[in-house]
Amino acid sequence: MIAIFFKRILLAIPVLFAVASITFFLIKIAPGGPFDADKAVSPQVLKNLNEAYNLDASNWEQYVDYMTGLIQGDLGPSFRFPGRSVSEMIATGLPVTFELAFYAILIALVMGVFLGVLAALKRNTFLDFIPMAIAMIGICVPSFLMGPLLVLIFGLNLELLPVSGWDQLPGDKILPSLTLGFAYAAYIARLSRGGMLEVLNQDFIRTARAKGLAERIIVVKHAMQGGLIPVVSFLGPAIAGLLAGSFVVETIFQIPGLGRFYVEAAFNRDYTMILGTTIFFSAMIVFFNLLSDLAALWMNPRSRDVQ
Amino acid sequence: MKTKHFFILLAFVIAGCSKSVSPVDSSIETGVFHFGNGSEPQGIDPHIVTGVPEHHILISLCEGLTIPNLNSGGNLPGAAESWTVSDDGKEYIFKLNKNGKWSNGDPVTADDFVWSWMRILTASLGSQYPDMLYYLEGAEEYHTGIISNFDEVGVKAVDKYTLKVNLKNPTPFFIGMLSHYSTWPVHKDTVLKHGAIDDRNGQWTRPGNFVCNGPFQLKSWELNNKIVVEKNPNYWDSEKVSLNEMHFYPVSNVMTEDRMFRAGQLHVTSTLPSQKCPIYIEENNPDLRIDPYMGQYFYRLNTNNPSLKDVRVRKALAFSIDRKLLVEKVTKCGQIPAYSFTPPGSNGYQPDTKIPFDPELAKELLTDAGYSESNPFPKLEILFNTNEDHRKLALAIQQMWQQNLGIEVELVNQDWKVYLSREMVGDFQVSRAGWIGDYEDPNTFLDLMRPNRGNNKTGWEDANYDSMVERANSMNDQTQRYELFKEAERILIDNMPIIPLYTYVRSYQLSPDVKGYNPHILDHHHPKFIYLERD
Repeated sequence: MIAIFFKRILLAIPVLFAVASITFFLIKIAPGGPFDADKAVSPQVLKNLNEAYNLDASNWEQYVDYMTGLIQGDLGPSFRFPGRSVSEMIATGLPVTFELAFYAILIALVMGVFLGVLAALKRNTFLDFIPMAIAMIGICVPSFLMGPLLVLIFGLNLELLPVSGWDQLPGDKILPSLTLGFAYAAYIARLSRGGMLEVLNQDFIRTARAKGLAERIIVVKHAMQGGLIPVVSFLGPAIAGLLAGSFVVETIFQIPGLGRFYVEAAFNRDYTMILGTTIFFSAMIVFFNLLSDLAALWMNPRSRDVQ
Repeated sequence: MKTKHFFILLAFVIAGCSKSVSPVDSSIETGVFHFGNGSEPQGIDPHIVTGVPEHHILISLCEGLTIPNLNSGGNLPGAAESWTVSDDGKEYIFKLNKNGKWSNGDPVTADDFVWSWMRILTASLGSQYPDMLYYLEGAEEYHTGIISNFDEVGVKAVDKYTLKVNLKNPTPFFIGMLSHYSTWPVHKDTVLKHGAIDDRNGQWTRPGNFVCNGPFQLKSWELNNKIVVEKNPNYWDSEKVSLNEMHFYPVSNVMTEDRMFRAGQLHVTSTLPSQKCPIYIEENNPDLRIDPYMGQYFYRLNTNNPSLKDVRVRKALAFSIDRKLLVEKVTKCGQIPAYSFTPPGSNGYQPDTKIPFDPELAKELLTDAGYSESNPFPKLEILFNTNEDHRKLALAIQQMWQQNLGIEVELVNQDWKVYLSREMVGDFQVSRAGWIGDYEDPNTFLDLMRPNRGNNKTGWEDANYDSMVERANSMNDQTQRYELFKEAERILIDNMPIIPLYTYVRSYQLSPDVKGYNPHILDHHHPKFIYLERD
């Protein structure tokens, strides 16, 4: 498993290098520049700004400069926010995004696994239909609708929770975490139901039952280990998706996370910020996929043997 | 059983945070003003940033020579306690307030202004607003490198507290321009401690480092979350400052901002969701404010485009738009139909141009230009940046042009930067545009349409118009100036390189607890006049 880990890490280097290079040249092709504004700046001022940020050099020179900095861990200064470096901005937004993603995935796992396993065990009863119907709603209702809906009910009508913010008012983390977690809970519920159903029909479960083991032990110890492998495989891309895709929830709830920087950087043509966040999120996706693959491997004895 | 426990726990969690006192309610005691500020400011270096959210923060942190009088117009003393203007209107002597101090206790001197103005005119700083000081003798020449000795620029410290400014021409709006943050001072020692005079990335604007001379000082800055400023005890007029703190929230989503206001998390919003404005008007929402604003919404016509070269075509397009219908049925938030480029009433200026809604005349003009059923007008494209409000308006105009002139119109929406770059290179036929005045004078609009101005973008130039604006700006007499501006405005509307559509309004929500937040045509609200009181 350690060999696989290092092999995958080594493979990630050319992947990230390719991501950085392609992104660099793609943003150069995109029309508009970081200093285009409603009130157009004079050619003299534009020249000064381009000089200040080395944008007057050729694309190739800029690319070499950027990659040299990148290897040394320097993601450059933000063009949009003078005086701020991209690394600093990522470091500011990341803990918030991680915390949000952590709560969301926790909610998703607890709700999803509980409902999924329950549905599998009570197959074709109302305890199966109702959670699965809720899961279907969760998958279908986008977070930009779910968020305002929760705010309307719990924030504005019942006045129980703050409508926005992060770490500003008591309870302000509940609604965004629920909004982001709910969609993933729905997926996890369906995956765990499917996985559990498959395992519950296997011979070794029948054997366990024949041996008179308690149903609780059969489910928790034997069935869930195999039944939840699809969930674990899903978790890697899900966590990466949560990190990169939290933009909508961050905007609805006014959360100072990384997702907002990422999307707004693209709108602002903040070249270094786009590059920095893209490379960072790519690294996260590679890393979490690797973790989930390793976890699935560890849970599944058959694939362990093959490896 | 487990389910039961979970729900009991959830009930406790929710009950634990229920019905807490909202920030707006508690602010009556604490004196904290919660301000919805639109977007995250680029920064707070007055010589580098551009934009409205930045202005809101800077007006609390720094102070220029004068501040606008928000009640009766004109200007009030700021860093300067008095000023005199020479008879020819070209020399200004400012007497600085001797009690004026930076937030670290240092005195604010005339040298500070000279150094600050030198900084913004230093080309390598890359400031986007150096032209605000181009009215000074030698300023443009210094910025563009024609001269390298700053002593030749028309700003001098006569003594510690006397500043002399020499202008190229009498510029009656010069005092008004001093309310723009690009002319405000920065603390020389602090800036130089954290970088060179032209360092854009200096760390002097960080909390703990930042020093300025306004009624508040920077307390904390959480990126994308909030900026907190607290009362500055060293401010010369600190007795007048009633608020203890101001919290600026960069809420870019207007719906979120609306919800925050309704939940008592904000005293004032930066704007209003456009679809909610008519509803709030109908409901007589007491928190709704619709104030006059010195801004114009218009369409640019690319006069270099073969279809739009003929002035008769441009007029036909303008005359076939029912502006009243646009503001009543499309924008629906108190906007005013526009028949001139400069919004009427800007510092007493009343343009007298007219743009009739006359489909018959429009049709005739198009026929005169050689278009008929056998030779139909080619398809026209309206370019706008992706935004639902711009789309709605463009749809209405598309309908009017199709119905009144029989012109087929295509709507093209583009990402903001793509739209800007297409406008800049002239790759458009008709493009939507908006302009907000920088200072209270018609020149802030009419200057735009002079030849070689980067924001003209229409390809239109007229020597007569140019000389009219030029002459107006070399005059000291306001009445004569305005007559020339009116004449220039007539030339502009007669040539129609732009089609004015409506005059903006500032629509937002304001808590009834906030007092002293008076309407202002440039949307300036000096925080030292704002206080919180519950009726």
